[in-house]
Amino acid sequence: MSSPTAAAPPEAELAATAAEERVSVASNWTLVWWRFRKHRLALFCTLLLIGFYLVVLVPDFFATQDPEATDAKQAFIPAQPLHLFNAGQLGLWAPAVAGKRNAITLRMEWQVDETRRIPVGVFVQGEPYKLLGLIETDRHLLGPASGDAKDRLYLLGTDRLGRDQWSRLMFGTRTSMTIGMIAVAFSIVLGVILGGISGYFGGLPDLIIQRLVELLQSLPTIPIWLALTAALPQDWRPEQVFFAITLILSLLGWTTLAREVRGRFLALREEDFVLAAELAGCSRMRIITRHMVPTFMSHIIATSTLAIPVMIINETSLSFLGLGLRPPAISWGVLLQEAQNIQTVALAPWLLVPGLVVIVAVLAFNLVGDGLRDAADPYTH
Amino acid sequence: MSAPVLLEVKHLRKYFPIRRGLLQRVAGNVRAVDDVSFTIAAGETLGLVGESGCGKTTVSRCILRAYTPTSGELNFHTKEGRTVDLARLSRAELRPLRPQMQMIFQDPYGSLNPRMTLFDIVGEPLLVNGLRDRQARTDQVAELLRLVGLRPEYMQRFPHAFSGGQRQRIGIARALALNPRLVVADEPVSALDVSVQAQILNLLLELQKRLSLTYLFVAHNLGVVKHICDRVAVMYVGQLVELGETQALFQAPRHPYTAALLAAVPVPDPAVRSGDVELKGDVPSPANPPSGCYFHPRCPFAAEVCRTEAPVNREVAPGRFVSCHRADELQLPGVVQ
Repeated sequence: MSSPTAAAPPEAELAATAAEERVSVASNWTLVWWRFRKHRLALFCTLLLIGFYLVVLVPDFFATQDPEATDAKQAFIPAQPLHLFNAGQLGLWAPAVAGKRNAITLRMEWQVDETRRIPVGVFVQGEPYKLLGLIETDRHLLGPASGDAKDRLYLLGTDRLGRDQWSRLMFGTRTSMTIGMIAVAFSIVLGVILGGISGYFGGLPDLIIQRLVELLQSLPTIPIWLALTAALPQDWRPEQVFFAITLILSLLGWTTLAREVRGRFLALREEDFVLAAELAGCSRMRIITRHMVPTFMSHIIATSTLAIPVMIINETSLSFLGLGLRPPAISWGVLLQEAQNIQTVALAPWLLVPGLVVIVAVLAFNLVGDGLRDAADPYTH
Repeated sequence: MSAPVLLEVKHLRKYFPIRRGLLQRVAGNVRAVDDVSFTIAAGETLGLVGESGCGKTTVSRCILRAYTPTSGELNFHTKEGRTVDLARLSRAELRPLRPQMQMIFQDPYGSLNPRMTLFDIVGEPLLVNGLRDRQARTDQVAELLRLVGLRPEYMQRFPHAFSGGQRQRIGIARALALNPRLVVADEPVSALDVSVQAQILNLLLELQKRLSLTYLFVAHNLGVVKHICDRVAVMYVGQLVELGETQALFQAPRHPYTAALLAAVPVPDPAVRSGDVELKGDVPSPANPPSGCYFHPRCPFAAEVCRTEAPVNREVAPGRFVSCHRADELQLPGVVQ
């Protein structure tokens, strides 16, 4: 610190230690991060979500096989659990499975054979694919490393068509998590624009938008989804359906966010620092982008994080009911739809694993959202 | 009153419509400011006092055109020597004039954007008015901070690192950034600790001397007003009831409401009896004011004429304006100097 000015009264003589100075110059985002960091569970869930999104980025790399490849002779193989230690040493392996046809029911009955071990390698060669759609490669995170083509690895077993459940789960994760993200992104755009107009300008636009929000919120969601998705042409490609479902979800989901944004704008419009900016001669655009939006940005992010799991659940429910994505598209809902019958529940319980993944993902989002919301406004505490 | 007039407020009115029902029909008006006229001379400090809700803040915000007046004139003499009616200017026409009138806010917490550093807060008026060079802006901000008694080293800090008094200094630095002629101070010390109030008031007086500023000083604390103002205007329910030189007004108020306000000032002497004029009842609603003189339901001297006829604002002595039917006959107690 240089010498204090002569005019400075004692009140301005703030003895700032290094730690205090760090707080003094900390921006809002730094303060948010400091508070969020204290929330251990939210921090753990953030790591979990980062893992999920890695899968979203490169599902082929995490998959062990082609998710579409069917093999009628390999149906309903139970999960081959991955083991970390082999004979006291670090080494991945999975037990082999052996099939025997039941003479009475003529059904293949699979037994996990703990005695025969299939070594599992990392970064093994397998199905060729394009990493991120750009780089040609055939490396996968996990795969059988015995070199014997007959050794197959089904980490989560297979379904009724002999498709590898683990690989399908990876691709389903991509679809479901992406739908959640994109639908919320659309909702944010709609919500911020419409809520912003409503809150900043008030008057007639506000009246119209608020009545529209009330109308949309008073509609029962499930029948509306049913009607809208049923209206989609049957012959659309999976990508088109995917896009349409995303759009439907966000068209019905922006209302809460719009309300939130409107409320923020209404409150901020009356703030003295906004008037000060106005008096300083700032343009409207500058007031909105520099003074108003940054003030509630952290809230928007927290709210959106809480909105993503809702979207994921919505998509999963729709697909589960057979109205959302349909095979050959793979999503968590589609995977669960396969597990819709008593045969699955009784004989192939591993097909219910996607349900568990949905629960984990939704919980993680909610916990992160809670943590963010608590950390979002460091000035209120 | 030899100094040239800086701002002339003529018959200023600001009504806020009360809207009801689904179609938002106007059901009535809150007459926040109802026919207020006064002038501010260059270099002086005009105090604007009154109880909460009497319209003082509305007057100040109309002058700065944060609100658009319902009617009336705001004749401002610009640096360039022109006289413009601020009340009629559009948003775009106002922008070049903004630097000449600035505001100091009451709440030192709400008036600084918590997401911006001191440099951004104080430097923003400079930036939006054309000073794009960052280094030049840094120098100016440092100069302004020194001017208000803050260290330039604090420039990268956020407002949350400062106390109320320091924040008010930041607000003053921001108001002075554009070298204004008129500064509207809306209760600049009422949110501060008593110990800090004097520091800020003295800073304002010192800055006025150095930069030849003109203040419109809105306050409800008469002690503060006496300390800082050359002239005082007293408002009651959106109207001006008395206007005069501070000394004269405090010694011999001509309006019963002014006398009542003065009597309400606590005197730190147990031997002194509080004045005879005591305020009873509540301030009437500006949406539904009483008939005649707005003050008559609470006035101890109200006569029949006060109930039926609204008094006109007249000059009872040079530079002394009063709105009271009985101003000439009443002998009202003031504050003994």
